[in-house]
Order: sequence, then C-alpha cells, then structure tokens
Amino acid sequence: MASGTDLIKQAKERIREVDPREVHELFTGEHNGEVIVDVREQQEFEQSHIPGAVHVPRGHLESRIETAVPNKDARVVLYCASGNRSALAADDMQEKLGYGSVESMTGGITLWKDRGYDVEVPRALSAEQRERYSRHLLVPEIGLEGQLKLLDAKVLLLGAGGLGSPSALYLAAAGVGTLGIVDNDEVDLSNLQRQIIHTQDRVGVPKVDSAEQAIGEINPDVQVVKYPVRLGAENIMEIIEGYDVIVDGLDNFPTRYLLNDASVRLQIPVVSASILGFDGQISVFAPYEGPCYRCLYPTPPPAELAPSCGANGVLGALPGVMGVLQAIEVVKLVTGAGDPLIGHLLLYEALGTTFTDLKVRRDPDCPVCSRDPSEISDEEMGVFPDYEAFCAAAG
Amino acid sequence: MPTIRIPPVLRSSTQGEKEVHAEGENVGELLRALADQHPATEAQLFSEEGELNRYVNVYLNDEDVRVLSGMETDVTADDTLVILPAMAGGQ
Repeated sequence: MASGTDLIKQAKERIREVDPREVHELFTGEHNGEVIVDVREQQEFEQSHIPGAVHVPRGHLESRIETAVPNKDARVVLYCASGNRSALAADDMQEKLGYGSVESMTGGITLWKDRGYDVEVPRALSAEQRERYSRHLLVPEIGLEGQLKLLDAKVLLLGAGGLGSPSALYLAAAGVGTLGIVDNDEVDLSNLQRQIIHTQDRVGVPKVDSAEQAIGEINPDVQVVKYPVRLGAENIMEIIEGYDVIVDGLDNFPTRYLLNDASVRLQIPVVSASILGFDGQISVFAPYEGPCYRCLYPTPPPAELAPSCGANGVLGALPGVMGVLQAIEVVKLVTGAGDPLIGHLLLYEALGTTFTDLKVRRDPDCPVCSRDPSEISDEEMGVFPDYEAFCAAAG
Repeated sequence: MPTIRIPPVLRSSTQGEKEVHAEGENVGELLRALADQHPATEAQLFSEEGELNRYVNVYLNDEDVRVLSGMETDVTADDTLVILPAMAGGQ
C-alpha cells in the first residue's frame, strides 16, 4: 500500500504546480476570471490569507467547491500552508470533479510570505467569543460576518421596563456591542411581575443601573450607555443620533410621536411594540423604506381609547413575547438576515393564541415621512392636537 | 357571516366579546351593524357626522380599507374585519 508521502508525490506528478511569483503577478495584474482558493482549515484562514482568496477547506472540497467556483473551465490556483494539501485537492478537482485548469501553489502561503508578498489579516473573534457565540456562528444567516456586525452595532432601548427587559437581555446575550438605555424610573416591587432584567434586591435602584448590572453579568463584551432621563423634545435628537437601531418600549403616545418624527429626521429604524392586557403589537418603522408610525396611526385615539395614559393591567409574560420579537427584529436589521417586519403590523392575542399579520402602507400624504428629512422642523416634532389635555383627563 | 375582531379597548362595549358576527354587504354596513348590536361602540367608531374616526384603523383581512375602497369595500361571508386603535403601553 502507498504511503501518504507517495500519494502526495503521485498527485504532484499528475497536476501542474505554480510558483508564488507567477501567482502574485497573476493576481496583481489584470484578472481574467482566475480564482485563488485557500484549502486550509478555518483557524489558519482566519490568521491570515492571500488577499482575494476564496476559502474552501480541503475537508469540504467536494461539497463546496462547485458553489465557490462554478466555472469548471476557469483557471484555479489552490494553496495551503506548504503545498501538499493543495496538491491533493488539485488532484481531486482535476481527476474527480472535472476542473480543466487547476494548479497548486508551490510552498504554500509560507513561501508566499517569505517572498514578502502581502497577506490579509481578517478581523476575528477571540477564542472566548468563538465559544460564546458558537450557536450564532453555526447559523449561516448570521455566521462570523453577522456576529461581527452585532459586536459593532449600537442599539438604543427606550425604556428598561416590560418590553425593554427581555429585549435588553437577549441583545446583550447576542453580543450587541453598545446598548444605550433611556429610563428615568427606579425599580419598583410591582415591576418584578414582568420586568425580568430587575431583581428583588435592586428595588429602589435606578432602572438604568439595575439593567447595566444584569447586562454585565451576562456579557462583558457589551458597553452600556445610560440615560437616566425622560425622553423629550429638548434631548431626543442628541440622545438617538449615532444609534443604528432604536427599540421602542415607550409607555405613552406623545413620546411615540416625538420618537417617530426624530427617527425619520435622522433616518434610524425603530422596532416598535406595545402591550395591553393579553394583546401585543409589533412593527418595524424604517424611514423612507417603509411606513412610519404616523402613516399607521395618523392621530392618537382619545383618552377612553388610550388606556396607556393611566395604569392598566398586563399579563407578565406578554411583554416577554413582544420584547423578544423586538430583539429578533433588531438582530435581523443589524445582520441583514431575513425580512424585517417593515410594512407589517403583527398582532399577538394571547388568550386565543392568535397571530395576525396586517399590511401597513406608506401614506403619500404623511405629514412627516412624505417630506425630505431636512424639512422637518424642531417645532413640528411630536406635535398633535390637544393630546396633553385628554391624557391629563384620563389620569 | 363576516367576522369583526374587537380590540381590547372596545371589548367593554361588546360585553367582553372578542369577535362579533354581523351582516353587511360592505365595510360601512358591517360597522353600522356592529354599532346596532353594541350601541356603546358607536361613539368610539364614528364621529358625530357619521364618519369613521381617523384614529380607528380598519383592516379587511390583512389590508387597510383605506387602500381598498374605504367604507364602500365589499365584504363576503368568509371575510374578517379587524378594528385597530393605536396602543402605547410598553412598561
């Protein structure tokens, strides 16, 4: 039986080998559809690779090469660390997979580097991060690229309450790099029935501090930016500017309209949800891509139909469902995976366990998003008729 | 008979019913029939001039009736009308 060394030798006799100098000239000059393929393992590729190389580990050659290099007549140069694995892979591609012009680079990336040619050092996760986010890395829709996007993302949570608690916990666990939290409230015993980011021993503590502690205990990768203030016309533009996505868990209409107008002006997508009793609603308002909050709700309802002005009951787990749906929409917006709920309003009714998906259209006459963002003035933001009066009437 | 889904804030006006069945050829007739069955809903749905209040969204199945033919939109026995006022609760 032939030894491994014999097999490599035989493979090299059947294929054509190419010197790194020729490959360097080929890929720094004008391209004619040539492809360079790195056949090493994931970790080796992540440390450094030849710029522009496609990565197909030798162990996945048969299953992945036809997707990576669909044209079997293209000139393909394979390389590994020293030129042996690439010779075996080239032999397989030529003899078994029908590629007509496959070569193996002599001496691999080691000789390439010795000649002083450039390598690309891609951004990579630390060993701890690879383990922490391993289940994300295994999902093709997220993978390394998506996880790096999450680590770079800045997400602002409006409220660390019923909706904000679960979304903050899952976004922290998902590795969102910066989580801003706006809340001027303190933890109350009556919050603990649903606001799961807070704990019994933190009753009386500002919610932003309590949330920061919980997030830090889950994931030290996450930087928490605290805003222990009430969101208003005087501070909203300053607070939300620079965030990639806003998670709306606000508890009143005036601030929801204000948020809409400010986020349209700054063109920041808002993942908006609301809850009452056993019912929840969620939608994504992506300025100029889909409808805004005012397209959906041009005017707020009167006091008797706006029970959020006063104290109302809610099933404890309901904001859990809606807040986690918000976290999922944020991850989709940040990574680009799937179809976010833009132009859709999803209703969840817990007692009957029904989900209803309604279409929401852009209003061509919308007072806010039918105009250029630069035309929306400070004075107009969050304005609608007589709201404070009937809110006060509702108590 | 078409089904009308009642939002939480209107259920006190429908004796707690989440769904009401009513007769009607179009959206306007269906909402009038609801108001006849449950008079407490009338002031919440319609203005004094008899127009549907602007803060009430109405969907025929999954489509906003504003992009269909409004109150004139035809309905069939299998259709569901969803009444949806805005909600703001988050805490």
